[in-house]
Amino acid sequence: MDLIVSLKPLFAVLISILVVPMIIWSGNRPNLREAWTFAAAGIKFLIVASMVPAVLGGATLEWTMVQVLPGAAIAFRVDAFGLLFALVSSFLWIVTSAYSIGYMRGLDEHGQTRYYCFFALSLSATVGVAFSANLLTLYLFYEMLSFATYPLVTHHQDMESRSSGRKYILYIVGSSIGLALPAMVYVYGVSGTLDFATQGIMPSSVPPAVLMALVLMFLFGFAKAGVMPFHSWLPAAMVAPTPVSALLHAVAVVKVGAFCIFRVLTGVMGADLLTGIGLGTVVCYIAAFTIIVSSLIALSQDGLKRRLAFSTIGQLSYIVLGAALLTPQGLTGGMLHIAMHAFGKITLFFCAGAIFVATGVKNISDMTGIGKRMPITMTAFFIGSLSVIGLPPCGGFISKWFLALGTLEARQYVMLVVILTSSLLNAAYFLPIVYRAFFCTAEESKFDNRMGEAPIWCLIPLKLTAFISILLFLFPQPFLDLAKLAVVQILGSK
Amino acid sequence: MSQHLPALPVIVPLLSALLITMLGWFKPRLSFPIALAALTVALLSAVGLMGRVLSSGAAAYGMGGWNPPWGIAYHVDHLNALVLIAVLAAALVGLIATRKCVKEEFAERIVPFYTLFVLFVTGLAGILLTGDAFNLYVLLEVASLTGYALIGIGEKRAPLAGLNYILMGTIGASFYLLGIGYLYLMTGTLNMADLAQRLPAVYDSHVVALAFFICLTGLFVKMAFFPLHGWLPNAYSHAPSAASILIAPLTTKVMIYVMIRLTLTVFTPDYAFDILDIGNAIVWLAVIAIVMGSALALAQNRLKHILSYIVVAEVGYMVGGFWLGNRAGMTGSILHIVNDAAMTLCVFLAAGALLTRIREDRLAGLQGMFRKMPLSMAALAAGGLSIIGVPPTCGFFSKWYLISGGIEAGHYGFVAALLFSSLVNVVLFFRIFEIAYFEPLGQGHGHHRNDPSPMAEAPTSMLAPLVVVAVLLVVLGLYSGNLVSAIIQYAIPAQII
Amino acid sequence: MNEWIAFLAGKFNYWGFIVLMMIGIYAIIAKKNLIKKIIGMNIFQTAIILFYVSTAAKRDAGIPIITHGHGMSGHSARAVDYINPLPHVLMLTAIVVSVATLGVALTLAVKVYRQYGSLEEDEIADSIRARAGGDQ
Repeated sequence: MDLIVSLKPLFAVLISILVVPMIIWSGNRPNLREAWTFAAAGIKFLIVASMVPAVLGGATLEWTMVQVLPGAAIAFRVDAFGLLFALVSSFLWIVTSAYSIGYMRGLDEHGQTRYYCFFALSLSATVGVAFSANLLTLYLFYEMLSFATYPLVTHHQDMESRSSGRKYILYIVGSSIGLALPAMVYVYGVSGTLDFATQGIMPSSVPPAVLMALVLMFLFGFAKAGVMPFHSWLPAAMVAPTPVSALLHAVAVVKVGAFCIFRVLTGVMGADLLTGIGLGTVVCYIAAFTIIVSSLIALSQDGLKRRLAFSTIGQLSYIVLGAALLTPQGLTGGMLHIAMHAFGKITLFFCAGAIFVATGVKNISDMTGIGKRMPITMTAFFIGSLSVIGLPPCGGFISKWFLALGTLEARQYVMLVVILTSSLLNAAYFLPIVYRAFFCTAEESKFDNRMGEAPIWCLIPLKLTAFISILLFLFPQPFLDLAKLAVVQILGSK
Repeated sequence: MSQHLPALPVIVPLLSALLITMLGWFKPRLSFPIALAALTVALLSAVGLMGRVLSSGAAAYGMGGWNPPWGIAYHVDHLNALVLIAVLAAALVGLIATRKCVKEEFAERIVPFYTLFVLFVTGLAGILLTGDAFNLYVLLEVASLTGYALIGIGEKRAPLAGLNYILMGTIGASFYLLGIGYLYLMTGTLNMADLAQRLPAVYDSHVVALAFFICLTGLFVKMAFFPLHGWLPNAYSHAPSAASILIAPLTTKVMIYVMIRLTLTVFTPDYAFDILDIGNAIVWLAVIAIVMGSALALAQNRLKHILSYIVVAEVGYMVGGFWLGNRAGMTGSILHIVNDAAMTLCVFLAAGALLTRIREDRLAGLQGMFRKMPLSMAALAAGGLSIIGVPPTCGFFSKWYLISGGIEAGHYGFVAALLFSSLVNVVLFFRIFEIAYFEPLGQGHGHHRNDPSPMAEAPTSMLAPLVVVAVLLVVLGLYSGNLVSAIIQYAIPAQII
Repeated sequence: MNEWIAFLAGKFNYWGFIVLMMIGIYAIIAKKNLIKKIIGMNIFQTAIILFYVSTAAKRDAGIPIITHGHGMSGHSARAVDYINPLPHVLMLTAIVVSVATLGVALTLAVKVYRQYGSLEEDEIADSIRARAGGDQ
């Protein structure tokens, strides 16, 4: 495997930090301000995309910033898995920026300058996590993301967002300091390094009971992944403006959590080690529990965003499950699910936001007949649902397919049942929304037949992501290739 | 000239005190520039000292050309050169930042204020450099007396707080003096290097153990180690903000240095960790200090009170880390001396900046401050994150070493206390941020665009140093690896692993 | 019994300074009056000064001034003839320190008195509480 020393990962992370002063400086000229955001988002995506050929060619790009501890530096390393995640999040930042304009201006929100600043910071942190070369850098950006998203979650600055903000910080920062940090220090103590490596860095002398404790500490410590019982910050965080929920709480933040767990299981603990003592199975069952229970809770939610949030909790555990299966197909499925679910779920959130901007409706029970009012939005919603449920012709099908193959490969037949059951439950909580939106009698409908879509800035992004969801079913190659390469990098060439 | 470098950080501020008093009689306006020049020279010579230590190792210097045993020796090594730079830099930044503050708070008394302050720095620099146990006591009292006066010079409850500080501080210093007396009885010398040589012969004597405990108790009082912390919260929070900005980052840190110096150089680690074997007990005391300091901070509803109790908890970090007795713990402790000086300076400076615009530091009065004073609040946030221990701020890295020291030593109580305190700090600071982030009722609610922002920042002379310190927290964090590998690892005796 | 008396008498200077120290600490902690506390502090410091000075003493030794002047180099000075001068010198410094401490403490006591019109701790606490109540 080639190593290329390159500044690209550093720039990809820094670009959205550097744009913050610009955004503040042009705070009074909204068009210029948003132009800065777009410029940064575009450049970021281009930098990330420009690394794809090299990485697909089997190379890794590295940049060490500064050696802060012996054996642990603040360093970036771009491998296939990190690139996959960075690609998804930096592309969706462009789309979400467009959507933000429609949403924030459509609702005439206050504090927009602050909003764009912290959004840019959050994206820096996300890509930073994706490109981390070691656990320390990962933790650094993980925490940066926690704090950068706090002002976004509490954007409305009312009592509800205040209590949600508290819950958010308490769960996320509390668990990372209380569980992940000591586990990380312990790993450093026994192995003398924190660099992610093929098959992990844990010395064989560590007893299984300690390994078990470490795995659990990491699993719950990275609470952004929303593994139960550390999940309840996510529904609370839904008080944020919808673009925040869409990009951060369906893609960036939550997948950073899943990404971290993925990295820890594969790069720190090592697949062979975990399989050897059956720890993967334990994590599988925890994930399975989360998948089923969150889907059941989602069924009972009336707030659209809350239902989406519980759906996200379940889908995140798919990724964790994929990592915990520790087989090539399972890992591929888990990684692909990061991308596939991202596009599907962000579409759904965009739709929820568009509905709110156009009609002010938040609850599902008030959406009967909305399909006639907002046909484009609800069609996109339908496509997004299909993708999340995992039905063709949407991208979600592919990742679930690989996950299912992974369960067979690992002989975890119970997990196969879990995946299938959960898909049914997903269908049960999404499809009725679509059905009642389009098929209802005139009396039942809460809307007149006049068409009234959300502003064009809201509409284009959701069309785009819905379209891409379908496209990814037909052409999953870029992500699939990256994921397959990543599996080789993670497991070693077997 | 350059061979007299070790004397400069002490002599220059001392002489400047004289100069300020004399010239200030005619031209009070001159006192600030003189103090500034003196501290700059002192800091530069400290940096020069560090350079020399790095290139040619530790060195001794006979004050006034008198060599021990007749004269007083000054020793410069990695440990005290580092702490000296931290202390002088913090003092210099504090001096620049508080210029306006001092002018407003002490209109008539600028001259005495600056005289006291340079004397205070003289005392601290002397404590750091001296190689003589009794000279250390004298300089300790120089620093303390000026400190009492700086605190007591304020209005309202400051004199009473200052008086309590005197009573406690004097007990502490006297205990130290008593301990030194026992050591003198046993060895007939007060020079630290001589003491270290002669003590091993009498290690089994109870008097030596008693001397050690008495010295340590005295230092614990001086550094506000729980439960001997009683003087600190009131003294720091009722002091005028200029005084608290200047004193809070320095005193406790220097006292911890004295504890480290006494244990490592005078008594040697063999004695402290193996013969007496009190490391474990003191770490448990530190655990109590950390937990109680954090818990008491939670109970406060004034900004400076909260910060003061955080200082109490941080003292527990450093004491505990040191007494873990392993390399990681000591590294963490020494690194934390530097980092905590910067962090404490940052948060107290930010509090001072806020207090230039609001009269009271009750938390409820902080509403909407993120909009009114965005930079000051951002600096407070940076300091807060560093105290919580969020990378890449410096607080994270010292905490990292402390935790790994705790795990290495198998002292999980200490690890748990550190984590607990971090979590409490999250709560503490987010309570402050939340109040400051949310607007007062009736304003700024709902969806306004283009808020009319009546920004009212602190004066630039205060803001600029504050921002510099806040940035420094991150820079220190990023370079903590270099700091440890170039300096701190040589400050710890090789026998400690 | 005799052993005990010998033990007590043989170290009488230490007993003396321990008693003084305890009196000082007691005053600092238990007395409510600020001036009494300050006096306690001073007693405490003086106890330590006495301790140092007493350690310098030797039986049958004189003050540490060499009695025979220059030129009389026939016999050198013997250390046993003189009490140890160093503790005295050190204590000169300590006395200066304690005087300075006393000065600062009394100054602050005056300031406190001007502010609250009292030197009794509980009365001061009352008036602080009254003022805090008045603020709200």
